[in-house]
Amino acid sequence: MITLSDIPARGGTPFTLPMALFVAILATAPFWLQWVGLYQYLGVEIAIWILFAMGFNLLFGYTGLHSFGHGAYLGIGAYGFGLFQHGVAVSLWGGLLAAILAATVAGAIVGAFLSHRRGIYYALLTIGFGQVFWFTAMKLHWLTGGEDGLLNIPRPDLVIGPWRVNLNDNAAFYWFVAGITAVAVVLMWRVVNAPVGRILQAIRQNETRARFVGYDVWRWKWLAFTVSAAFAGLAGGLFAMAQQSAYPDVMSLHQSGVIVMMVLVGGGLVSFWGPVLGVILYFIARDVLGGLTEAWLLWYGLIFVVMVMVRPEGLAGLIHTMARRAPPAVAPAAKPETV
Amino acid sequence: MALFQAQGIQKRFGARVVLENISLSIEAGTVHGIMGPNGAGKTTCFHVLTGHHAPDAGHIHFDGRNITGLKPHIIARLGVSRSFQLMNLFDDAVVIENVMLALPAFRAIGSSPFRATFGDARLTKAALAVLDQVGLADRAWNKAKDLSYGERRALEIAVALAAAPRILFLDEPTAGLGAKGTQALAQLIRQLRRHYTICLIEHDMRFLFELADRISVIHWGQVIAEGTPAALKANKWVARSALGAVA
Repeated sequence: MITLSDIPARGGTPFTLPMALFVAILATAPFWLQWVGLYQYLGVEIAIWILFAMGFNLLFGYTGLHSFGHGAYLGIGAYGFGLFQHGVAVSLWGGLLAAILAATVAGAIVGAFLSHRRGIYYALLTIGFGQVFWFTAMKLHWLTGGEDGLLNIPRPDLVIGPWRVNLNDNAAFYWFVAGITAVAVVLMWRVVNAPVGRILQAIRQNETRARFVGYDVWRWKWLAFTVSAAFAGLAGGLFAMAQQSAYPDVMSLHQSGVIVMMVLVGGGLVSFWGPVLGVILYFIARDVLGGLTEAWLLWYGLIFVVMVMVRPEGLAGLIHTMARRAPPAVAPAAKPETV
Repeated sequence: MALFQAQGIQKRFGARVVLENISLSIEAGTVHGIMGPNGAGKTTCFHVLTGHHAPDAGHIHFDGRNITGLKPHIIARLGVSRSFQLMNLFDDAVVIENVMLALPAFRAIGSSPFRATFGDARLTKAALAVLDQVGLADRAWNKAKDLSYGERRALEIAVALAAAPRILFLDEPTAGLGAKGTQALAQLIRQLRRHYTICLIEHDMRFLFELADRISVIHWGQVIAEGTPAALKANKWVARSALGAVA
């Protein structure tokens, strides 16, 4: 099976062909979404989930730490945004900052408990903490509104200098979300291709060795968790704007499972772009299969099962394998053992 | 004072005492061998000396500094480097990346997220120089898992060397190597000893007696004999434990 490390680290500019394609699709989506029979709001959802999935993959694919409770940080971001609007001030950037901050703090605290662990214990703890946050959101009525959640969260206007953009317009809101997602993705590309990304991957491959060449593995694992929670928080803040509400369902175990499925099916273990493919496939499956049958999740689940059995590298792995050039016809001559 | 000194090291796992009382003293610029039968506690001893396990009793000093119970990454940064008996590499990464990750200069830029990994020619050159020392320079861009067994052994050593160590702990570097590989390795260690202080665990007695300045014999978690190879050959304990038979 191929892995993320098969794709060599890239130097220099993040403006590669896939990045150009990605930005082009993001930028042009409003012009053709309706034309292919979809709708504007779907673009918003996809962009938000791409942001969430890419941030999640820093942890899941790159660092090899399997979090099954990541929905919690999406939810914390959503509540953070909503509570800021209701309790502090109606402010776009203030709300998003609050969303990021809340999720980062939660991630930093949980990460401190997790980072001593690995494998199944790590995964179990993430589920445990995810459930704690979900339960808190359900029961802390005075703060979170309980099962109903926070309603009527406003979408504050975007103010740039003399311009004021009303984000209640779904098209305008899409541009806003797409812009943030694009910037975040460029940032993440830069990070995973920098030494940081290689160190995280080294930890995925061999924690012990990483420790013995001088890396504070605990600190890096903690950092990866915290950063991915921060991106989840940002996505959550945007999600609260999109839905104009925040509710416990966002942080449910189900949601945490969906993000894992997206990343795996898309090929997050193999490629930086895997999560993007996974998110798009999921939403298309939801809307196209969902239009045909109510049991669409069953079919999607089956696709997931087949994918994991036949192509564990996911969609990106499939593309990568197909694109890979055939091995050289003449194998290099065997060399004597060198030490 | 010796460069590396361990005194009265004791290590228990539950009720089992693995290291009873280990004392070692390694002078700068020497090759110090550790030998002993299987299960004597040699690898555990390495684990304790390099920080993988904290000792239950005793002290470890490196270059005059007490490093007892420090975390492995801190001990590594001080200049204590090690290889593993069961190979421990970054298998999915290319050979040069395995080495590069261990370079102190790479670690130094590790936390700046806006640099390209292989963009720094200085680092690539440094990594290639290390690979050249162990004869792997022409395999630099192969994946670690695609190397032959002997090459992987060499890479183990290269990763340990890349950390610019002041002392090098090698855990059974000849394990699984054929006669030819062992010979090549002996040649390599002869070269390395000019620049590094080396402590190595070895089963191959001929190899060890030829290379080491001093040897400690560990049995039942204790150092039962210590001295120059010549002195050990004459030691009745060593003779009696049949360890000296091949020497």
